[in-house]
Parts: sequence; C-alpha cells; structure tokens
Amino acid sequence: MKFAIIVFPGSNCDHDCYHAVKHVFKQDADYVWHKAASLDGYDCVILPGGFSYGDYLRTGAIARFSPVMGAVMEFAKKGKPVLGICNGFQILTEAGLLPGVLMRNKGLKFICSRVSVRVENNATAFTSAYKKGAVASIPIAHADGNYYADAETIKRLEGEGRVVFRYSTPEGDVTAEANPNGSVSNIAAIVNEAGNVMGAMPHPERACEDALGSIGGHKVFESIIKNRAPR
Amino acid sequence: MKAKIYVTLKKCVLDPQGKAVAGALNAMNYKEVEDVRVGKFIEVEIKGSSNKEQEARLKEMCDNLLANTVIENYRIEME
Repeated sequence: MKFAIIVFPGSNCDHDCYHAVKHVFKQDADYVWHKAASLDGYDCVILPGGFSYGDYLRTGAIARFSPVMGAVMEFAKKGKPVLGICNGFQILTEAGLLPGVLMRNKGLKFICSRVSVRVENNATAFTSAYKKGAVASIPIAHADGNYYADAETIKRLEGEGRVVFRYSTPEGDVTAEANPNGSVSNIAAIVNEAGNVMGAMPHPERACEDALGSIGGHKVFESIIKNRAPR
Repeated sequence: MKAKIYVTLKKCVLDPQGKAVAGALNAMNYKEVEDVRVGKFIEVEIKGSSNKEQEARLKEMCDNLLANTVIENYRIEME
C-alpha cells in the first residue's frame, strides 16, 4: 500500500508519519510537497500535524489553498482514505472536507500529553481493528484542538455515528475531567459522511511502538492497511 | 482604497482568550469589566476606488479566507 504524506511549509509530524508507515508497518510512503498537482498512484493520503504557514490567520486556513489540496479533494471524492492528524484535521475542516472547526483550547495552553480516547465507531476504514468501546492511549500535542460545531451539526454527527474517538478516562468514561481542551461532547476524531475522510487531534503515528510508551494508535494504521481499496 | 475588516467570534462561541483578558483586567482592579471578546483587525490595500463590485469581492475574501464563518462574524469598512 502506498501512502502520500503531504508536506506543507511548517508541517512537523511528517517524519513521524513516514516512520510509522514505512518502518513500523513496512508500507511504501512518499513525502509529497504541497505544490504537487496529482496524487495518482497513492492509496492513502495523510495530512500530518504541525504548524502549516505558521498558523497565520487561523490554523489550517492558508494551507487549505495549497495547490495539492485540489488533488486531496479529488482523492477524497473518489472514496479513497484521507487521514488528517492534528494540524491535518484543522486543514480538513478549513477545506470543508469535515464539518466544524478546531478552536483555541479552553484552558488556552498548548497541551502535550498522553490521553485516553474511547472508540465510538469501529465501522470505519480507520478503526475497524479496534473493538467498539475500546480505550486507546494516544498522545495529543496542540493549542487548537477544541472541536466546535453548531448544535445541528453535532446532532447530525452523533446521529450518523460519525464521532470516531471521544476523550475519556482510562476506564472509558466520557467525563468533563477527561476532556483536555473543551471539545464539544469530548470529540477527538470524526469522519465525513462517506466515511473515507477522518480528522483526529490525537497522534496515532506517535503511538505505534512500545518504545514510545503506547501502541494505542497502532490499530488506526492496521485498519487502513487491512481495508485497502483496490486501485 | 483601504478596506478595514473586523473579524469577531460569534456571540454563541466561547472566547477563552477574552475570558482570560477579562480576568486579568478584573485582577488589575478594573472591576467594571464584565466581559471581553478578542477579535482580529485586518487592513487590506486595494487598487482603485471603493464601489459595489469591490465590496462584493471583499465579502468573498472574508467568506473564503479571512474569516471562518462557522465561528466568526466580520464587518467591512471601506475608506
């Protein structure tokens, strides 16, 4: 399976994603510069974390107009998997591929810590290797991860099972204390209507090896690889 | 011409930055401060003079890039 890891000016988790895909999962992976016009030949696109364009104006606001985003839109339209992690999630919301917006954390601090997320939906291409209700330990590292959407959109996301991960206690209880950033309904990851575009604030690529302290994100990549669509 | 654009968070959206600033002002003994909302001010220099067509184009710029209308409102002043 061949992964495209998009590199924007200011991306900084591109190497983490590359390492996970290439060395942990032994898949093909390329860095794809944001000026690329085509994503032909790839099976999965990852928009990595970082600070694209210095977070100027709003996180992801300028990156979404990078030339490659046209190709990402096309890729997504074909039903192929697109995973946006952290800044990648922010870019996907700005691009309109996912609803809502990631606002400044409620506590105003940049939070770098390992959190627990509960798997709310394991019927997606990104989470099928998890058991429903399983709790995964995955790190977060962001200042703008406070997911917000209007009440109608939240109702729709909930109704359609599009909330994929929710911040929870290690026991799997979704509580206000377990919510690190103020996200509505403890939302940590969502998918689009078709289920092939996922945005997640937690970094699964940083939780794929025991050496990193947790393998809570391993199953995200396992799922993607297992659900590989025929080219 | 110059366009002045004010981008503010919608009323229904919590503004943690504004809350922190209000808290600081209160702590500085400005007890009359009840609430603060922090927004953005953007100046755009534009070729030509202000007209209806340019106003429409500025609105487009706001909708497409300068503001995120999920959480923000904007106001345009043309000089």
